[in-house]
Amino acid sequence: MSDHIMKAYDEDLAALQAMLSTMGGLAEEQLSRGLEALTRRDTKLADQVILADDKIDEMERMVEEKAILTIARRQPMAKDLRHIMVAIRIATDLERIGDLAKNVAKRAHAISDPIPRRLTTGLQRMGQLALTQLKRVLDSFAASDAEQAMDVWRHDEDIDALYNSIFRELLTYMMEDPRQIGACTHLLFATKNIERIGDHATNIAENIYFLVHGTQLKDARPKKDETATTPFSPLNDE
Amino acid sequence: MNDMTVKTIYTPEPPRALQAKPPKITAQDVNVYYGDKHAIKGLSITIPDKAVSAFIGPSGCGKSTFLRCINRMNDTIAGCRVTGKITVDGYDIHDRDLDVVQLRARVGMVFQKPNPFPKSIFENVAYGPRIHGLSKDKTDLERIVVESLKKAGLFEEVKDRLAAPGTGLSGGQQQRLCIARAIAVNPEIILMDEPCSALDPIATARIEELIHELKQNYCIVIVTHSMQQAARVSDLTAFFHLGNLIEVGDTDVMFTSPQDKKTQDYITGRFG
Repeated sequence: MSDHIMKAYDEDLAALQAMLSTMGGLAEEQLSRGLEALTRRDTKLADQVILADDKIDEMERMVEEKAILTIARRQPMAKDLRHIMVAIRIATDLERIGDLAKNVAKRAHAISDPIPRRLTTGLQRMGQLALTQLKRVLDSFAASDAEQAMDVWRHDEDIDALYNSIFRELLTYMMEDPRQIGACTHLLFATKNIERIGDHATNIAENIYFLVHGTQLKDARPKKDETATTPFSPLNDE
Repeated sequence: MNDMTVKTIYTPEPPRALQAKPPKITAQDVNVYYGDKHAIKGLSITIPDKAVSAFIGPSGCGKSTFLRCINRMNDTIAGCRVTGKITVDGYDIHDRDLDVVQLRARVGMVFQKPNPFPKSIFENVAYGPRIHGLSKDKTDLERIVVESLKKAGLFEEVKDRLAAPGTGLSGGQQQRLCIARAIAVNPEIILMDEPCSALDPIATARIEELIHELKQNYCIVIVTHSMQQAARVSDLTAFFHLGNLIEVGDTDVMFTSPQDKKTQDYITGRFG
């Protein structure tokens, strides 16, 4: 990463980077397993995911401690200082991603009846998209690659667009068959969780931009999640 | 006599640095007087082996005075009186049978300003081993000089000019030469009294890296005006104020959550 005259400083920064990489790996795994638990309605797997979230929480505390200690002991400047600030912020995003993945897994318990496959295909697709975004943003952090991070950042609108269409799709199913309202509502919450995971991936991308360039990203991110602002009435639905 | 003594706080109690490493130096109820001035008041501390301990505090707090007690440098100051007990490896350094010259060979010292002898680089390092009779012959002496220069991280820079005068080196190199000179007599403890205050940031970083390496083999005690330096290099930090040892603890904890308000104020730049 760098070569400070004092090697112990390099070791501190490398340790921080290693912790984040472990934490990122855990978050990816949690999301992938959470999705699987929900689509297969595998409550055992869901419980494992719920339990494993503690590990991510613990890692966030460790990153924070290490960051504070490194600031106190090394008095970091310039890129080193940004690196530590960004490490703290990324740890927070990863911890939130872990929580959201846990929430996705929890829904496996909430949906009691078997759900038709067509209801979960959208969710699965969106989950895969979020997983790819997360993976790519973590790779760009490991490589300090702001270009790739910006690419991830721009692609968040794909997740948002998919979320809009799943939102409409699920509403349609609910209207067709009110017995599906329970399951569809839970699936809707789960897709919202995944949409939020996409947002956290863009936060991480913005932080990578700051790490590399030393300035905050000024552009407004293209957003396509219109579900919160679009009035929806079954009567005037086309 | 000890009515002004402040009870030392341990952060945490006991510090992890003292649990991880065996004790090397202990002081019990040490008082130092310069004539009427009570410079150190009832100080007790344990310093771990194979670790770096830093003494910090504002000017006149007694940190250098205490450092000089450890190799009995204060003996040479007229009107200075030391009471209490200081041990190295459990042996009282004020014992009447103890040879002060031997003690100072075991407890090396590096000063604020680099002070090489007006001799060649080689002779600067060879001087100690020669007067202490540490080398069998000339080849052995050369080996000691080369090894000491290597340990001090200076050899590569001076290997082609060992006969050149030590005073011709840069400030940072001179200080590393002084460290090589201290190491050459095979000490167990190295005392450093503000070893970097006359050096630029790069030379300072080199010395700090060297301190970090040397702690594998030596007990290092450093007095520094720069608390940032204490934070960077030390395992144990001791904060002195007006002759009292206020707080001692693991450097990690001392610089993130000290217990005493005075320590907190000093390290956050609110007084001193």
